[in-house]
Amino acid sequence: MASLLNIAARRLPARLGRAASAVSSQSRHFASSPIDHEQKELQSLARTFADKEFAPMMQEWDENQIFPVDALRKGAELGFGGLYTREDVGGSGLGRLETSVIFEALSTGCVSTTAYISIHNMCAWMIDSYGSEEQRQKYLPNLTSMEHLASYCLTEPGAGSDAASLSTTAVKKGSHYVLNGSKAFISGGGSSDVYLIMARTGGPGPKGISCFIVEKGFKGLSFGKKENKLGWNSQPTRAVIMEDCEVPVENLVGVEGQGFSIAMKGLNGGRVNIGSCSLGAAQASLEAAIEHVKVRKQFNQPLSNFQNTQFKLADMATSLLSSRLMIRQAATMLDQNDPNVASFCAMAKLHATDECFKICDDSLQLHGGYGYLKDYKVNVYLRDSRVHRILEGTNEVMRMVASRAMLSD
Amino acid sequence: MSSNLRIMVACKRVIDYAVKIRVNAAGTAVETANVKHSMNPFDEIGTEQAIQIKEALTKAKGKAEVIVVSCGPSKSQETLRTALAMGADKAIHVETDEELQPLAVAKLLKAVVEKEKPDMIILGKQAIDDDSNQTGQMLAGLLNWPQATFASKVELSEKAMTVTREVDGGVETIKTSFPAVLTTDLRLNVPRYASLPNIMKAKKKPLTKFTVADLGVDVKSRLQTLKIAEPPKRQGGKLVESVDDLLDKLKNEAKVL
Repeated sequence: MASLLNIAARRLPARLGRAASAVSSQSRHFASSPIDHEQKELQSLARTFADKEFAPMMQEWDENQIFPVDALRKGAELGFGGLYTREDVGGSGLGRLETSVIFEALSTGCVSTTAYISIHNMCAWMIDSYGSEEQRQKYLPNLTSMEHLASYCLTEPGAGSDAASLSTTAVKKGSHYVLNGSKAFISGGGSSDVYLIMARTGGPGPKGISCFIVEKGFKGLSFGKKENKLGWNSQPTRAVIMEDCEVPVENLVGVEGQGFSIAMKGLNGGRVNIGSCSLGAAQASLEAAIEHVKVRKQFNQPLSNFQNTQFKLADMATSLLSSRLMIRQAATMLDQNDPNVASFCAMAKLHATDECFKICDDSLQLHGGYGYLKDYKVNVYLRDSRVHRILEGTNEVMRMVASRAMLSD
Repeated sequence: MSSNLRIMVACKRVIDYAVKIRVNAAGTAVETANVKHSMNPFDEIGTEQAIQIKEALTKAKGKAEVIVVSCGPSKSQETLRTALAMGADKAIHVETDEELQPLAVAKLLKAVVEKEKPDMIILGKQAIDDDSNQTGQMLAGLLNWPQATFASKVELSEKAMTVTREVDGGVETIKTSFPAVLTTDLRLNVPRYASLPNIMKAKKKPLTKFTVADLGVDVKSRLQTLKIAEPPKRQGGKLVESVDDLLDKLKNEAKVL
């Protein structure tokens, strides 16, 4: 356990080459969790990238609500734009476990930016998995390079947790579908170029829903005002509004009525992704706490000398490790197409996002008054990871999904 | 220069620069067990330079091949895979668990050079573990090749390369023909990140293994390490009352005046 705690206690040295730094800490973690050499190498790349390209900018992006498109594209050059998209369209062709490891490492540098990358990846995967060959070739090369950005549009003002009750309609008229309705809380809304929109083509309930690729610039597509949020400030959130929006029939993904199933399949992975982003927030918060308690002195000794501090750190590390193991288990099940994947993803997301938020909060508490200052980073991790307990299905919905699996005959 | 420029790069696996170094209990060596290792940063710059030369030549319809070499234990292959992921074409691993001093490495590299016949070999100016700064120079001597050390800028022409060197008084520009030995300084370039697909592809690139015996080199140490110790712990500062007090302490305690 001592080594588990030690890990994080290191300072970023002055630049020398660009060898990985924080990875030394990370790799110790993996003594206790099962990832192999190659996955460590992917992780090392992601952490180095996060340390250099995200971490120094995180507070500025947060404070000034900057959507760092250049940094996104720089990451896409390394393969972050289509982590689990196939290689023929520019994807990296990785599995979900590798993807989780990468998102965790990236989000130590900026949770909000990584979370957006994860949503973009989910959209690319949906087109890759359910789209036609024409749709793949038309959209994915630009998405994997992040020349074009993507948004996932399921939630509506009147349909949140009860997503299957959505009321946006799509009516086929000749060579087009005509979409009417609005989508709420859309990450990347207004800035993205491609929107995956769930709309009703049939009767009520999940079977009447279809999935469409809608491009920015299609007639009848507009956006609401940019929302002001507690966290996730490095990505814009807007309503997406469709008023007689004309979408060519060839932009239907899969077949009519398949939309809700596609949306849910995307969400299983999305939940693992968002849980992974929480792991990164917690890891970075734990590292910051360790750094702080070794330096900060009260009663003539460093805070790390007090048993309260020591026990708190032990609890934080234990809860981080349990979250990490659950997320990686769910990711592995996604890779293996396990029939129980939905409930495991739900439980992993529930556990990881709640526990990791608490780790951020504990870190803030260990920082004392300094933790409440925006000069310190921990407040950003706390605010950014708060929303993970709400989106991709609230943690209450996660409980519904998990219990439904247990109670069904 | 041949139509296909062959560039060899030496890559050493060292303790990662961010790791806090600890001396072992016996005071005979630095603790390396369970410590993060990575490629010597100066070798990373060397690999980057070789890849940049290759890319520039390819653009001008020329050809180049980048061969990376590492001498050391089996884990050195991880370092070679990193170089392959950055863009090197093939790797050579000289496997040995012996402690290698600069002269031994220079002799091993000379043996590999004789097999591979590169037009140039790039090394880091030094490795960040033992800071010897000798291997490149010794290799140039053994091969009887010209050497351009501490390079901060390299320009290639048809038959020669012009190298800007960082020397004590400033920068010096020299020109050398091929084959030649080049050692890299910190400001030569900023190494790229290996992309995810290239990390995956690196596994499939060729890696040849030699033993010290295959190369017929005597790697016995010529130097004996007597003792390894940590530097003295930094003492806290003191506040002095007056200038006279300060002068007194500088004269009598620190003995610097």
